[in-house]
Amino acid sequence: MKIIRLIAMLTFAIIVMASVVGCAPKQTAGPVTIRVLSMEQAGPTVDEMNAIVGEFNAANPDIMVEIEYVSYDALHDKITTAMASTPPAYDVFLADDIWYAEFSKAGYVMDATDRITQDMRDKIFASAWDITTVDGKVYGMPWLLDEKYFFYNEKLLTEAGFSAPPKTWEELVEQSIVIKEKGIVEYPIVWSWGQYEAAICDWVILLYGNGGSLMDANGAPAFNNEAGVKTLNWMIQSIDDGITNPASISYVEEDVRNVFSQGKAVFAVNWNYMYDLVNFNADESQVTGQIKMALMPAFAGSGVESSSINGSMGFSVAATSPNQDAAWKYVEFLTSEDIQNRYSGHLLPIWQTSFQGENLTKLEGYTPANATTVPMFNAQFPFAHVRPKVPYYPEASKSLQLALQEALTKQKTPEQALNDAAAKWVDLAK
Amino acid sequence: MKKAFNTIFKVLLVIPVILFIYLPVAWLIISSISTRSELLSTPIHWIPQQPTFQIYINILTPGQDTSEVAKTFRITLWNSLLVASSVTVIALTLGSLASYALIRLRFPFRQSMLVGILGTRMIPEISLVIPLYLFATRFGLFNSPIILIITYLSFALPFAIWLMAAFFNTIPVELEDAARIDGCNRIETLFRIIMPISAPGLVSTGLFVFLTAWDEFFFALILTSTVSAKTVPVAIAEFTGRYVVDVGGMMTGGVLAAIPPVLLSLIFQRYIVSGLTAGAVKG
Amino acid sequence: MRRKFSLAQQDALIGFGLILPSLLIILGISLQPILSTLYLSVFESSRGINMERIFVGFGNYTALLSDSVFWVTIGRTLYFTLVSVGLELVLGLALAHLIHSHPPGWQFLRTSLIIPWAVPTIVNGTMWRWIYNADYGALNGLLLQLGLIDKYIPWLTKPDVAMNLVILADIWHSVPFIALILQAALATLPTDLEEAAAVDGANALQRFLLIRLPLLRPAILVALVIRTVEAFRVFDIIYVITNGGPAFGTVTISYLTYLETFSFGNVGRGSALSFLISIFTLIMAFIYIRVLYRPEESQ
Repeated sequence: MKIIRLIAMLTFAIIVMASVVGCAPKQTAGPVTIRVLSMEQAGPTVDEMNAIVGEFNAANPDIMVEIEYVSYDALHDKITTAMASTPPAYDVFLADDIWYAEFSKAGYVMDATDRITQDMRDKIFASAWDITTVDGKVYGMPWLLDEKYFFYNEKLLTEAGFSAPPKTWEELVEQSIVIKEKGIVEYPIVWSWGQYEAAICDWVILLYGNGGSLMDANGAPAFNNEAGVKTLNWMIQSIDDGITNPASISYVEEDVRNVFSQGKAVFAVNWNYMYDLVNFNADESQVTGQIKMALMPAFAGSGVESSSINGSMGFSVAATSPNQDAAWKYVEFLTSEDIQNRYSGHLLPIWQTSFQGENLTKLEGYTPANATTVPMFNAQFPFAHVRPKVPYYPEASKSLQLALQEALTKQKTPEQALNDAAAKWVDLAK
Repeated sequence: MKKAFNTIFKVLLVIPVILFIYLPVAWLIISSISTRSELLSTPIHWIPQQPTFQIYINILTPGQDTSEVAKTFRITLWNSLLVASSVTVIALTLGSLASYALIRLRFPFRQSMLVGILGTRMIPEISLVIPLYLFATRFGLFNSPIILIITYLSFALPFAIWLMAAFFNTIPVELEDAARIDGCNRIETLFRIIMPISAPGLVSTGLFVFLTAWDEFFFALILTSTVSAKTVPVAIAEFTGRYVVDVGGMMTGGVLAAIPPVLLSLIFQRYIVSGLTAGAVKG
Repeated sequence: MRRKFSLAQQDALIGFGLILPSLLIILGISLQPILSTLYLSVFESSRGINMERIFVGFGNYTALLSDSVFWVTIGRTLYFTLVSVGLELVLGLALAHLIHSHPPGWQFLRTSLIIPWAVPTIVNGTMWRWIYNADYGALNGLLLQLGLIDKYIPWLTKPDVAMNLVILADIWHSVPFIALILQAALATLPTDLEEAAAVDGANALQRFLLIRLPLLRPAILVALVIRTVEAFRVFDIIYVITNGGPAFGTVTISYLTYLETFSFGNVGRGSALSFLISIFTLIMAFIYIRVLYRPEESQ
């Protein structure tokens, strides 16, 4: 009896293991399958992306594209795990600007330099190529161009007695003092200085706007020079003086949007996505109709007119994909002029021609927000800077995020914090 | 008089506990029916002035305009249910048997097995992910509920074994000795005497295994990619876009995701009977 | 009944049979990953899982053990573990007794306890993050209305406060676990020993300390070990509420492993870190078992 029970249990176990092992899918002949990994809430809606895939599949009967979506936070981890298997789980994936150096060193992304025609090079924004180019080689097509913009609440600003937004950060401080005195808001400007990549983005805007830079021509860290220290001091001072909302130290972009949408700030710096929501969406915002955009200010005397951060993304083919040609075909299709012009409801095209002539009129007319954001993009993008294309960027960024936090929370002096971070960067470069 | 005082005292203790449990939950529910602008108002709106069930409607009966996450939310609920139930049944069955063996029976390597089982739970999940991922892709199990069931069993089984061990330990050996004298062998003792007494333990363990499986996030995130296998925690995380955080969506999803576990515990709580063992020992 | 084997041999056979399926599954799933992690930990590989590897033997381990960041993180994780689990045990024990004494509404209370545990960690984290929000959070709102503060406070910007707030969120989520286990154990405890002691003149405190607690020891042990191991390895809730911030103030050892393995791509170092964590948790489990476990023979 006991033996029977014993055998029964063993059999059970074997069945469990067998069902585990016996489930490999069969290989099918027929069209080549290309698996694409994209992001939700990124540019075109899922329906639009699926429609594009549908069009491609119809036009290319020998290729079958399957597309999946993940959240941004999961995207990096998904890509790195996908590349661990052979063949990789995805043939095409969307990658963030700051991952390109890391991915090219790790051998994840296919070198597409030879597939880029001169025509493409000329017609696409130069700053767009900065995204996918590492050490002179192009590793993907730019897509989803984005940068940070300067927003201001015109109604509140006029209440304070100003007819035009500030052109320099110094001017902003002057206006802010008046705003505070008049009791219009408590903290005129809100930033995203939380310990996230968002802080680095704001840092780039301010640093470059002060004539500084993250790295010098030799690839050594330069953010701890005089300009860097001055900029960081300015940030700390703005909190001490009550100009910057002190909660900015833990904020990311959504928090900035929340505060701004409630009319609790007169100025804000954020990505493209915020404009439509704060100015046209009454469910999300209490200040609809009051918001305008302006060129990002810079520091007076720095010789810089404006500066912003280039936070775009790119579509790349996996270097170990067995179907590189088919995969690249899809990437080209997705980023082609035609597709981009037709699906610009939520995505700014990478082609300069899309911003000219009747294309421009159509583009501006897509949504009410576009009427403002499209010309703004045109004006601001030439000033957008990319972050350094070094393979150790994630770790480097974390150390710089830490440095900014430590200085802002007064645990270290700006010099000390920045120097420590710079030392870490040098260490990582070895 | 003393009794009344005692009762009042107890009530005074119960109230803060109830508050502590329910206030955050209440806030969760309120947030799920508030519009965004109400969520963001100061002073704070404890009761929403314009409550809206729109997000619930979007998720439960998705229309054209709803976001992708909302549309597929129901399917992820089903996936979670499937995975968690399977894990619970298997873990309870195999785990309680193994646990009994480890506690009551003498056999070689017993101690090292005990330690080994606990030891496998020590490795942080982060480093198990990639080997498991490779295993899944090699055997065609990627993005299927089965890989999640297998993965979760690897920590649910030790969990169940340890939990059941606690309950088995509170059962006095005299009980089993009495059964032995009455002529039962080991297996009969196990099923006829021990299991019924351990009903409270089995229910609690089953519940906790279910909840742990339901709750798991990181493995599900990496090992699934489409709605064929995606579970609820992954879906909730996807209410976060690159910048936009759909707070209302997350709160609503959270409420919906909490309902099955809560329902289950309500159903099973009737089976947690106290005092059974006391009766068995005395009588 | 035929006795083919001696009693002891019968026991052994049955024991193996009962354990085998579980053992197969557990080892089948975890063994390869564990061995693979061990293997990876002796290499230095950076940036990418497919990168070439340089054999460094114990290099990763020595680098970690001499890195102050590692020790600070261990310290922080220990703080989280000890405070969380300690408070959870005390509160859980108290709650278990409260329920056990059947006050009015005790069934409602016991049912309610499931709720915090049932809320998925992701939602728990987001919910608490929202509660702690500097501008719109319920915590600020409540404290302001109660007059305890006069201005909203950005709670999550202060490293020490942030850690304690994460602990609070974790306690809310985990106390029910301990309370319910202990309550179920209390429910199956024999009452005759305590009754006899009462007859002999022992007061409530003596009965509690000298009889009940020891009887509860197995259940407490199990609850403690499981919670301690989990608390030491905490990851999900940190990921959601603070992402390791502010200023790395909430980076626990698991989060550090995540950073090394996934964000920075230092798979070798990350694997070594995993092993060190495992050793730490094993040591803790051993300490518990040594201190608290009494085999049943002593009954």
